Formats: sequence, C-alpha cells, structure tokens
Amino acid sequence: MKRLKKQRPWKMQKLKVQIRMAETKFLFFLGCLIPYRLPSYEVSARKVLGKLGVDLVEMPEFNCCGFPVAPVDYELALSLAARNLCLAEQQNMTVMTLCNGCFGTLNEANKVLKKDKMLRDKINSNLQQIGMEFKGTSNIKHLVHILTEDVGLEKLKEFVKSPLTGLRVAQHTGCHLLRPSKNIGHSDNPEDPIILKKLISVTGAECLDYEDETECCGNTVIGVNEEIPFKISKEKLEHVKASGAQALVTVCPSCHMMYDFNQPRIEKAFNVSFNLPVLHYTQLLGLAMGFKPEELMLSENRVKPTFLL
Amino acid sequence: MDDTSEQRKQGQNNLKTGKIDPKFKYEIMRMPGSEKVHLCFQCGTCTADCVIARFTDFYRPRKIARTIQLGLKERLIGNEALWLCTTCHTCIDHCPQGVEVSSIIRALRNISVKNLGAMPSIYKIFASNILKSGYVYLMPESRLKKREEQGLPPLPKPNLNDVAKLFHATGFNETLEKAKTMENAKAEGAN
Ligand code: SF4
Ligand code: SF4
Repeated sequence: MKRLKKQRPWKMQKLKVQIRMAETKFLFFLGCLIPYRLPSYEVSARKVLGKLGVDLVEMPEFNCCGFPVAPVDYELALSLAARNLCLAEQQNMTVMTLCNGCFGTLNEANKVLKKDKMLRDKINSNLQQIGMEFKGTSNIKHLVHILTEDVGLEKLKEFVKSPLTGLRVAQHTGCHLLRPSKNIGHSDNPEDPIILKKLISVTGAECLDYEDETECCGNTVIGVNEEIPFKISKEKLEHVKASGAQALVTVCPSCHMMYDFNQPRIEKAFNVSFNLPVLHYTQLLGLAMGFKPEELMLSENRVKPTFLL
Repeated sequence: MDDTSEQRKQGQNNLKTGKIDPKFKYEIMRMPGSEKVHLCFQCGTCTADCVIARFTDFYRPRKIARTIQLGLKERLIGNEALWLCTTCHTCIDHCPQGVEVSSIIRALRNISVKNLGAMPSIYKIFASNILKSGYVYLMPESRLKKREEQGLPPLPKPNLNDVAKLFHATGFNETLEKAKTMENAKAEGAN
C-alpha cells in the first residue's frame, strides 16, 4: 500500500509531461554571452531549428537574465528575471534559451516566485514601478528540452541525412540544466545525465562516458579567481581525452567558453596539450542534418575541429 | 587528561562570547533559500561533493554552515573565500537536511556587499554594464554590424528606463555608486 502511494505522484508527473502538447513556436531569449562572444552557437541553432520547423519569435526589449547580479543583490537579480518573465507572459509563448545560465535563472525565478508569496509581493512592488506584474503563467525551456519534448527524437532522426558514424564524442551537460534538481523539471538524471547523450546518439556519433561527467566547468568564478577554474577544467579535459573522444559537445555558452576559448590558456598554464575541439550541440546536429561546416561557423571555434572542416 | 582540559581552555578562548552575534543565524534564515541553515547536522556531504573544496584547502561549505549556527558573523562577512562558490548547486542536491548551501553563500555575499560596501570588481563591471546597456556585456558596434553579415536579426533594443527603475527600486543603484571594489578595499586595508 505504502509503495503504491509513493509511486503515484511519479506516474502522474510522467503523464502530465506526455499530455502537454508539443509546441512549434517559441519566444527566443538570446541572453548576453551568445551575441557578445558566440555567434557560432546562435547561427547554428537558428539554422537547425529553422529546418526542423521550429519558429522563433525574438523576445522584444529583454534584459540580462539576472544571473550575474545574484551574488551582489538577489532581489535585483529576481526583479530583472521577473521582468523578462512578464514579457513572456504578455506574449503567451514558451520561452526558449540556448544558455544554461539563462534557463536556470529564469526557470528558478519563475518557480520560486510562484511558491513564495512574500518574495513575490516584494518583487511585484518593484515591477509595479515599470507597470508590470509577475503572474507565473510562463514556461521556460532550454533548447535540449525543445528538441526532446517538442520536436522529439523520432522526428529528429528523420532529419539526419548524413549520420556522423564513426565519430566519437563526449558531452558536458552543465550544472544549470541539472541542479538544483527540485527546480529544474523535465526528465534528466542530475547524477547521470542522459538527455544530451540521447541527442548525440541521434546524429549517428557515438557518445562516450568519462569520469566525473557532472563536474562544474568553474567558469562562473573566473572573474574572481582564474587559477581554480583552470585546474577544474584541466581535469575535465583530461578525463574527456582519456575516454578517447575526438570532441566535446556543449549546450551552454559559458561552459563552451571555458573548454574551447580558454583551452589554449589552460594548456599553457599547465604545460599540457589537449587539442580537443569543443562543439556546440547545434553544430554537431547541423552536420548530421547535412549543413556545411561553414554554414555552422565551425571554423570560428578556437580549437579547430580540422577533421570535420 | 591534561591535554584535553588544555584544549578545552583553548577552545573557550577561541570562542569569545563578545564575538558572537546570536541573531546572525536568524538574519540568514530570513534570506530566500537560506531558511533551513539551523537544520545542518554537520555530516560534511556538501564539503565532500564540493568542487571548490576539492581544489582548495580552505573552502569548506560544512564549516560555513556551522559558523553561521555559532553566530560567528565576523569570520564570514567580507571573507574572500565566499566568492569562490561556482553555484554548481551540487550541495543543494546532496544535502540530506534540505539545507541550500549555495543559497546561503549567496545570502552571505549579499550581506557582505551591503554591510561593507565592497564587491569584487567583476561584479561592479557586470552591474554597471546592465544599467548602461541592459546586457551584462557592452556590445561593440562592430559586433552589431557583423550580425547583419551573418544573417542574424538585430539585437532587441533593451528598455533602459525599466532597467534603471528596477535598480532604483531595489536600492542597488546607490550601493553600486558607493561600492568599492574588494581589490581596492584590500589594498587600503594593507596600507
Ligand atoms: S550536507 Fe547539509 S547537513 Fe550535511 S554538512 Fe552540508 S549543509 Fe550540513
Ligand atoms: S554550489 Fe558552491 S558550495 Fe555548493 S558544491 Fe558547488 S561550489 Fe561548492
């Protein structure tokens, strides 16, 4: 009897996910780091999603998600996040982000403010000054959720025209798509992430396991201390290399910067050599869908994926 | 036996009651996400699974929770180690008591900024950029032009009026104006 009771909420949850209608149109929250440093992620994502029949509507007048100021003033961070959520509520569309940080921040603000009335009242009194009110009716998704839940792996497979058979890669899902798991939602396993692995398998590439897959990239503290995140990422790159992977696949601009942009600096700091290309998942999928490397801006990646160019 | 009593004496010296703020724990518990700090039973799971603890010999989330419980505010507020948490949130997921350690560290950082009027320079830059442009980075003209060549739509114009009003409503515009960088504050302290 006890066991039944325990199982039921889980079953209900699963059911709810299945009943929710797949959507084809999303409000695109681009964030700051992608337009500043990584047009390759934006370009490849737009190309791939366009071909898959996913419509993107640009979120008008959005501001920074709020993540960078949470350490100095959480109330300000929540207010900035809530303003973006209000814009989404006005448009009545599910939000799509390409960045783990934006997803984590907007999704968490949405859930925390819905749950905590005192906090909501406080943030709403701030929002009142700009004629807005947080209601909690929006829905936030990261690209990987849209590809698995709305497009679906089956349909994705149909679009794979030149499978990447023989290519061995590893994945780094990134913290803010996994934790804190009580707020994330969706169906990934925070201890042993599987969504990105499934998405990689669809492309025909093989996704290899490696040690400490859920370990943080450390990029968030690089502005305060460079040495520690470099050590953390050096270890990650070593583990990935040891698995025999030819490339690392990311879905977050911040993780990507750490492993790709900073890779030569890490190599220099520790006098090691990795030469491990780091691809946005949308570049990998794009190749499998038949896009040319230059259409996906592959040569913009700092560590050149020469074997793919 | 002698050793123990000696140690005990030393322990008492370490914990001068004058340095204890008995209300500190409650101050932290009022911050969002930090409500359960009193429930920490010192199991050490958070430290064991913390990436920063693994790569340093001084950053210990378990100790941070205990220091709060003891009311040793001075040891935490302004402590530079607080700024090393990556917000990977492993500690939240693994704590058997439901203590949100990374939210508590956020609370300690927020209080440090308010009380000491200082923050690491990177956060001053981030916040000023958002106030100036709506984005956390100041987008160079060249990059905006390049978007066109790359077939990307123009970046949405942020509503700077709204952003400024939110900075004002939270009082953070004032904090930001007055705040020193922690790097400067440290240099001054050394002189
Ligand atoms: S895991 Fe939780 S209970 Fe254990 S020491 Fe850390 S905060 Fe305390
Ligand atoms: S969130 Fe911070 S304190 Fe918690 S495990 Fe990660 S780095 Fe350590």
